[in-house]
Amino acid sequence: MSTTAEPTPDKYSLGQSMKRKEDPRFIRGAGNFLDDIVLPGMLWLSIVHSPYPHARLVKIDKTAALAVPGVVAVLTGEDLAAHNLAWIPTFHGYDKQMILAVGKVLFQYQEVAGVIATSREIAQDAAELVDVEYEPLDPVVNPFQSREDKIILRDDRENKTNHIYHWEVGKRDATDAAIAASDVSIKERVVFQRCHPAPLEPCGIVADMDAATGRLTLYLTSQAPHAHRTVVSLVTGIPEDKIHVISPDLGGGFGNKVPVYPGYVVAAAASVVIGVPVKWIETRTENLTTTGFARDYHMDVEIGATKDGKVTALKVTTVADHGAFDAAADPTKYPAGLFGIVTGSYDFANAFTELDAYFTNKAPGGVAYRCSFRVTEASFAIERGMEILARKLNMDPAELRLKNFVKKEQFPYPSPLGFVYDSGDYHLTLRKALDMIGYDELRKEQAEKRKRGELMGIGISTFTEAVGAGPSKHFDIMGIKMFDSAEIRVHPTGSAILRAGTKSQGQGHETTWAQIAADELGLDPQNIMVEEGDTDTAPYGLGTYASRSTPVAGGAIAMAARKIREKARKIAAHLLEASVDDIEWENHAFHAKGLPGKAITMQEIAFAAYTNPAPDSEPGLEATFYYDPPNLTFPYGAYIAVVDVDPETGFVKVRRFLAIDDCGTVINPMIVEGQIHGGLTEGFAIAFMQEIAFDESGNNLNTNFTEYLVPTSLETPHWETSSTCTPSPHHPIGAKGVGESPNVGSPAAFVNAVMDALAPLGVTHIDMPLTREKVWRACREASTA
Amino acid sequence: MFPAPFDYHRPGSVDEALALLTRYGADARVLAGGQSLIPAMRFRLARPAVLVDINALSELSYLREVDGMLAIGAMTRDAALETSALITSKYPLLADTSALVADPVVRQSGTVVGSLCHNDPAGDWGVTALAGRAQIVIRGATGTRTVTIDDFLVDSFTTAVGDGELALEVRFPTPPPRTAGSYQKIERKVGDFATAAAAARITLDANGAIADAGIAIGAAGPHALRVRDAELLLNGAKPTKELIRAAGDAARKLADPAADNRGSVEYKKDMAGVLVARGLIAALARLGVEGLR
Repeated sequence: MSTTAEPTPDKYSLGQSMKRKEDPRFIRGAGNFLDDIVLPGMLWLSIVHSPYPHARLVKIDKTAALAVPGVVAVLTGEDLAAHNLAWIPTFHGYDKQMILAVGKVLFQYQEVAGVIATSREIAQDAAELVDVEYEPLDPVVNPFQSREDKIILRDDRENKTNHIYHWEVGKRDATDAAIAASDVSIKERVVFQRCHPAPLEPCGIVADMDAATGRLTLYLTSQAPHAHRTVVSLVTGIPEDKIHVISPDLGGGFGNKVPVYPGYVVAAAASVVIGVPVKWIETRTENLTTTGFARDYHMDVEIGATKDGKVTALKVTTVADHGAFDAAADPTKYPAGLFGIVTGSYDFANAFTELDAYFTNKAPGGVAYRCSFRVTEASFAIERGMEILARKLNMDPAELRLKNFVKKEQFPYPSPLGFVYDSGDYHLTLRKALDMIGYDELRKEQAEKRKRGELMGIGISTFTEAVGAGPSKHFDIMGIKMFDSAEIRVHPTGSAILRAGTKSQGQGHETTWAQIAADELGLDPQNIMVEEGDTDTAPYGLGTYASRSTPVAGGAIAMAARKIREKARKIAAHLLEASVDDIEWENHAFHAKGLPGKAITMQEIAFAAYTNPAPDSEPGLEATFYYDPPNLTFPYGAYIAVVDVDPETGFVKVRRFLAIDDCGTVINPMIVEGQIHGGLTEGFAIAFMQEIAFDESGNNLNTNFTEYLVPTSLETPHWETSSTCTPSPHHPIGAKGVGESPNVGSPAAFVNAVMDALAPLGVTHIDMPLTREKVWRACREASTA
Repeated sequence: MFPAPFDYHRPGSVDEALALLTRYGADARVLAGGQSLIPAMRFRLARPAVLVDINALSELSYLREVDGMLAIGAMTRDAALETSALITSKYPLLADTSALVADPVVRQSGTVVGSLCHNDPAGDWGVTALAGRAQIVIRGATGTRTVTIDDFLVDSFTTAVGDGELALEVRFPTPPPRTAGSYQKIERKVGDFATAAAAARITLDANGAIADAGIAIGAAGPHALRVRDAELLLNGAKPTKELIRAAGDAARKLADPAADNRGSVEYKKDMAGVLVARGLIAALARLGVEGLR
């Protein structure tokens, strides 16, 4: 069979909006999510939660619950303690967390007991009958109260203090001196409120101990199935080969499905002890009240500048509220994540940042909610700070940014807080945004409106992220280096299976991973099946979060494909009867030098690999690659929001929002656009409506979707999107990771726009969420002042 | 979450429904659109022993004008009003309201009469019914009676419908000429309960003075409240900016909201005034009276 037609380069090339291969099954309701999994003889777990944020546990009476027909067991912290499972270490190993309360409860809704029964309904009804006696204690509900150490929360710890750790990076003295010597300086406290990733599918597990084989299978809502397998093995002592983690289709994760939760451990322990499958799946309230929250950073931002607007120094001092346990999911050496990106897109000669973290009587967490570890907090701090500085300088905020951007010829750019930014052209991207939105016209319109007393605002955010953790010299979780992996097997007829250590939760890996391999190999992406989430079959990887999948696993896929291509080159030489050195790869096919008309496709090579292998090579065509990235990648963007504020009601109308993203090489523009739309919608929600708030007594005020607001299409603004492309010089395909940029970059754009609208009233800052009442109050106080 | 145990009946006629309601008395709840009752049951805030589902009573699903009144049956969904030419052409106050109740999905199931019977302090229809001078037709074992909306709204989640009774329809007087209305609502997001709400209905006389005004506010007390002081100010007066401000202030004064995640007492009181003023301005604009902002 000789192929006369030249392979069409387009068919295999990156950058096409191929429809998502996973969507047909999701659209038809044929996905396989955790709650779809029902095993024969399966029992159900329901959890009893504490109504108190801080209380001594006096007594737990199981009698009434155990008397309910169908109840198999009621487990408490004492029961788990007998198996050494009352506490488990947190991810980075610096703290431990309770599985079921022992001695004290430390936050409202904390897990106190587990009821195992033959149906979900019986388990839940019986959970209401577990009689728990508490002795309430005074709660600590904010980190400033916590740091006074008047009430010590964690009597299990050696150090009798609520202070968890101090972290700092940069040059303190030089920064202080530069700020003191600056012509102009600003200082503002900006709070990034406690919010929650709130994936539409909550967390859950089906634990299945097979007594015959001694194998524990865990169907788990996991963004990191391999890491979870290793944790289970380390905590329980069960050999890792006897643990099989399967992460089925996930209905969103956003960082919420990275930690290990008590329900997982109780269900698994119950299955091991009882010997039958045990299922636990959260209610919405359980998800919002007990699982990994995000943010809760109180940041004092100081910037020094010359009077003509050249920034000289940045200092950010943060107080972090970590809740009852230090369960933040950060790499070991980065307790405050990648907060050091706080110098943003600007060339600061001096910078220093420090952070102190405290325990409070709130749920533990501090997960990377659609962001690379604490990058969102950092971006918000610097982008708010630059806006406040621009106003103080009486300078246009776009001009201030253009004046202080890292210049494109400065890349690779060593930042004062220790990163080496890979690539970027910040001036180009912001100028494109200003041009597209018609910035000068908008400023004219604003001036006209201000004359009439109308409040219109324009807000800019030009953020830079650090994503793709990460290089093994810096990044590990529990000691495991943060590489990722891919395995590709090409079948004889030229289709393939690709497995990776990542786990899609909606990102579209089944499509984009196939596209990367297709471009490297010249195979049809429709016929490259992607499989993730099964630890028995996928190569070991650290999972999907922190925009690391494309920077790390994407690199692994390209490199595995290139290994295959090198072997294919030998086969091509054999088939073309030419020297390997004379074989060229062009237009997704091989040909002998000087004979481009006689090309040989990868499909033909695949067949030959099994039917007519080269004499000096193994049969078959497959490869595995573990990719240790040489650096992080640094995607960035220029976002502009335009708002109108109604001072009578405080309503903010987001009239326009433009997002220009630069994530380097784009694999699938449609998927990138979808990611941007989703993240902007989350950022909009965080800016205007979302908060997990607590009253003075420590009661959680946002325990369901009536009170924790998720916007619908009806109130979500229209998003305008575009891009520039500055490929990463070190990534195999030049890609950077983009899924989180809109959540990272947009909150500051919204807040900056509202503050710009309120500027005539002298309002400098309002903490998120910018509810109608907060905006109304600011307008009112300004008008009565 | 899932509900506590309950018995379920689906009667095939109004008489059968009434027989069930008589038999079970206070233990029974009527299930119409279910958009409030079912969530309350799932959270076990409501634990009715018996549900009497009237969804099979298609004879209660209608919008019709009879004897100078618009009658809305007990099984008429919010969405039916939204898409009705009769409503959009002749009843702008009702059209406004039906477009702002909860969200489009809820409006496919939720009913006007069910919302009135639920009598949530932040419900929409009680506000519009007060401003529109609605009446409710209630049937029990002993016969049928008609009560005004003012008498119907008794207390939070409590109405004049007694045990063993069924609210059959709500009636709105057909607006006389030179009449318009407007419904205004502040909500944190589409589908949320009102932070504040107001309904205004205005009839102008031949001289351009206000012949008759109906003003009500929601989320400002145990149930929707009629702002009689505003109505008294408006009746007989020529519409001016000052008059509208004074009507808003009457609403501010009457409003007695509870603080919650939607806002403080101070904010909600002020919004009652803002929305009454905006409702009046919008209603008057529909009558061609502009320049009152």
